[in-house]
Amino acid sequence: MQKLSEHFLELIRRASTILPEDVRKAMEDAAVREGKSSSAGSTLLKMLENATEAEKTSTPICQDTGTLVFYVHYGPEYRQKAIQDAILEATADATARYYLRPNAVDPVTGKNSGNNIGNGLPYIHFDQGEKPGLSIRLMLKGGGSENVGAQYKLPDSNLGAGRDLEGVRRCAIDAVFQAQGKGCGPGTIGLGIGGDRGTAFLESKEQLFRALDDRNPDSLLAELEDRLYRELNELGIGPMGFGGKTTVLGVKIGTRHRLPACYFVSVSYICWAYRRASMILKEGKVSYD
Amino acid sequence: MIEIRLPASEEDIRKLKVGDEVAVTGVMITGRDTAHKYMVEESADEVREVLKGGMIYHCGPVVRKDNGTYSFVAAGPTTSIREEPYEADIIEKFGVRGIIGKGGMAGRTLEACGKFGCVYLHAIGGLAVILARSVKKVQGVHKLEEFGTPEAMWVIEVDAFPAVVTMDSHGNSLHDEILAKSEAEYKKLIGKI
Repeated sequence: MQKLSEHFLELIRRASTILPEDVRKAMEDAAVREGKSSSAGSTLLKMLENATEAEKTSTPICQDTGTLVFYVHYGPEYRQKAIQDAILEATADATARYYLRPNAVDPVTGKNSGNNIGNGLPYIHFDQGEKPGLSIRLMLKGGGSENVGAQYKLPDSNLGAGRDLEGVRRCAIDAVFQAQGKGCGPGTIGLGIGGDRGTAFLESKEQLFRALDDRNPDSLLAELEDRLYRELNELGIGPMGFGGKTTVLGVKIGTRHRLPACYFVSVSYICWAYRRASMILKEGKVSYD
Repeated sequence: MIEIRLPASEEDIRKLKVGDEVAVTGVMITGRDTAHKYMVEESADEVREVLKGGMIYHCGPVVRKDNGTYSFVAAGPTTSIREEPYEADIIEKFGVRGIIGKGGMAGRTLEACGKFGCVYLHAIGGLAVILARSVKKVQGVHKLEEFGTPEAMWVIEVDAFPAVVTMDSHGNSLHDEILAKSEAEYKKLIGKI
């Protein structure tokens, strides 16, 4: 039987080197809409070519392999500490094999740990279930796109944004406008409404685990997602900020109950190199997606 | 496609206009946040020669080491705007002719491009595998221990490195154009309920 860390290494390799199918499909459709002769269209085609080459050669799609964000759901037969140790081992191993760039820097000394392990890195969220088995979702979130994320506190008089979905809409439009081409668009937007400052951001990131073509079960949020997808693409920022019809590939919205005094809207932007992968380990058999 | 050889002359650089596609060949260095601070605050004599008529690539690569030899595995551009506080001074101090990165830069850098004869070249973000292939050789590296792999100054030989001029030495910036156009749309969207 393979060690847990070997499965996790494969999960990291896949996340870093394979562009998820739904993202590829969305970019291919966008390239057709933009047309080959436009700079937006040719940029999208080059991105897709790069992703194809990355998969073929097992090389990172982007050199910024980002923050590793793990969501772990485990059954009663597992110990959390054992999973955590195996994730750390796999992370260091993946760095040594060049699937990951050493990305953990001490903010005081400036020293890079060299293996992606550091204070709070990688980020691992655990939750335990009652049924046996282990399922893990992993996202690699690049720093360029992380830098263009934003958090708003409503009401915001500059935006004319009140404490309602119209206010949320204004925040999303503002964040994507401010980001221009700096987040490596076409991006996908995760919105977290409510919570406190910390959990609002977590919610916005968790939204990015959703498939691009899924449907929000809440009809009001689904409607806002569709509207924002249409409107954000009217901004004309386009792939890499070169101009074009494709500024975002999708918008995903989630909510958390808030305090009466607070109304946060967190915006997480993920770049076109939208790297996520998942694995399920059940009865000794592993499957990846 | 316009071929640019490094070191580049001021005349070659002044010919370039926003929208031109270029292929850069020659020796350049990578440099990002820590390197820019260093180049401004210290004398940085070890990079003077390569920067004279040369280019700085905003890039923090994934680098392989085999038997003491380095090679670039993945090497797309990083976001350039973080270097805005430093770049104009570096262009003037070292006689740099080109900055390669992504996302564009702002007014001070654009002004320095005009004043000293420099351009901003945009590479496609996330094009890490394809761009690493145009890096033919790693000649050396400065400050690897101190700055770490992504932030070190890698001296690289590139062959036909592909990029597009998005800021030229005549005061034009594609980024300003897109900002203005998208701002008009933004105002429409925010104005309506």
